[in-house]
Amino acid sequence: MMAKRQHMLPVWFFIGVLLTIYGVIILTTALLDWSQPSAAMYSQYHAGAWGGVLLLLIGGFYTLWFWPRKSE
Amino acid sequence: MNPLNMIAAAAPEKLISLSTADLLIIIIYFVMVLGIGLYLRRYANTSNDFFMAGREMTAWVAGLSFLSANLGALELMGWAAAAYQYGILAAHFYWIAAFPAMVFLGLVMMPFYYISKTHSVPGYLQLRYGEATRALSGISFAFMTVLMSGINMYAMALVMKVVLGWNINFSIWVSSLTVAVYVSLGGLFSAIFNEVLQFFLIWLGVLVVPILGMIEVGGWSGLVAKIQERVHSNEYVHLWSTLGTFSGNPMGVQWTGIVFGLGGVIAFGYWTTDFLVVQRAMAAKDLRSAKLAPIIASYFKMIVPVIIILPGLLGLAVLPFNLVPESAVRPGLHSYNEVLPLMLARYCGPGLLGLGVTALIAGFMSGMAGNVSAFATVWTYDIYQPYIRKSETDAHYVKMGRWCTILGVILSIATAYFVTQFKSIMDYMQALVSFFIAPLFGTVILGMLWRRATPKAGFWGLLAGTVSSVAMYALVKVDPSYLSIIALSSHAKDMAENLYRALWSWLICVIVTVVVSLFTTPKPADQLKDLVYGYTKMPSDKDLPLYKRPIFWGAGVAIFFFILQWIFW
Repeated sequence: MMAKRQHMLPVWFFIGVLLTIYGVIILTTALLDWSQPSAAMYSQYHAGAWGGVLLLLIGGFYTLWFWPRKSE
Repeated sequence: MNPLNMIAAAAPEKLISLSTADLLIIIIYFVMVLGIGLYLRRYANTSNDFFMAGREMTAWVAGLSFLSANLGALELMGWAAAAYQYGILAAHFYWIAAFPAMVFLGLVMMPFYYISKTHSVPGYLQLRYGEATRALSGISFAFMTVLMSGINMYAMALVMKVVLGWNINFSIWVSSLTVAVYVSLGGLFSAIFNEVLQFFLIWLGVLVVPILGMIEVGGWSGLVAKIQERVHSNEYVHLWSTLGTFSGNPMGVQWTGIVFGLGGVIAFGYWTTDFLVVQRAMAAKDLRSAKLAPIIASYFKMIVPVIIILPGLLGLAVLPFNLVPESAVRPGLHSYNEVLPLMLARYCGPGLLGLGVTALIAGFMSGMAGNVSAFATVWTYDIYQPYIRKSETDAHYVKMGRWCTILGVILSIATAYFVTQFKSIMDYMQALVSFFIAPLFGTVILGMLWRRATPKAGFWGLLAGTVSSVAMYALVKVDPSYLSIIALSSHAKDMAENLYRALWSWLICVIVTVVVSLFTTPKPADQLKDLVYGYTKMPSDKDLPLYKRPIFWGAGVAIFFFILQWIFW
């Protein structure tokens, strides 16, 4: 039981995966819409691109740091 | 026609149109939470695992889920709405209503909850006072938590209807069934994992609103100027200086109500005895983590106003139209509760909008998940096991927990359709909290700190406090002139009334408990071991470096709190 629990993926890994996926979607959307800003205010600041990058950084960090490794 | 349904019917069209990217983000969230539940199923096969997540959570995980379990529909939507309606006074519900109680829980009460090895707050009451108090507390908690869950679900469905044009029934059933599946599979593990996930989504999904909003208004001074221009008053931007009189501020409350009612009784009652949040700290891996969890949460509670209160204030400053109470909604008008989605629609383009909407959905769902997981635990351990089927196997109780989770969701859905009679979701929650939570705090704290409190006193004090709270509520509804007695002023608004009613019901509980104790027999000392101050050996952390001691971090958040009060005085 204890050995099985030790292999439980930590919550941080799931967070990393989800944020990475979201980062890809949001950044891609922002880049595709770069020349056609949305009707949202301050769309010229491309908040989607910045947000996508932030999500990729946070998500990528958590995914890699908590990537499951074989126990020694 | 009840007010909340009027909102749905009056909305001419949806506020937000979702792009393909937004819908993809929402769908992926549902897939992820279901996937987490399926994954965790294999780790949740004993009652300790299913109901208490194996008591293995680190301080950070327990702390973030402790906070997120509280960040449900009411927090996200309701407090942004309250900030629009009452100004920065709404921040009191994050500051004075958080840090003292959360730190007190961590430093004073968690040792008793944790060392006694109880599985729930009613479970502690059974050990301390006996079965009668446990039954009263367990049944009232189960009732309250199902109602709260129903409120969460209806609020979410209403938002989805008004904001996105989704059918109310579709929203309720899809979200409810998702919660039912992932919690019944993975138990408290699932609930906690998704609460921590939700914490990140809330911050990342809403953060664009305060950032672009502050750019739009030109910083804090610009925000203050725009609000003053809008409401022709500076009452909306001061935290304490307008609380000298009842009529001197938008909330209609005096500082005594804030300090003693909100910061005292309601906050302590909620954060220290509501099993929904306490369960998360109880799931910690050791006593130090259990003590740290609420203290970690208190730091984030201090800064959550950035993404909830500030958007409400920004809405007051920049929205080109006035929001109205739910009862006044007509075609073309929007209610206070829509301020956060309106601000998301204002600043978020495709993708970010989906993230913001997902954050709202996540908040609603984790609120419901927290309620049903706590309900399942209290039902199984404090009602089913002691009174219905006493000597079953551990596997039987786990199965009961899974079925009870589904039952809790169904009951929540039923109450979601029932609880639409109140004009303000937040006031309903405050009324409900004051019925049960304030007296419960009196019973628990006396039990932990006063050896003389007797079993009979615990029961009668709790009952007296709860009944008196309901009676005061009913009195004011029947004859509003009683407001000037209960809330000390005829100018007091509903929220102020709730604060004072909580205070009085707590006092009545304490007085009755003390008086009855003096005339009845306490439990012998050997039965109070590990349950009450003086009979509990507290492990010392003097050997730990200062930065590892919970009291150090508790002092830190106290300093943070006072700095914030001074800044926004």
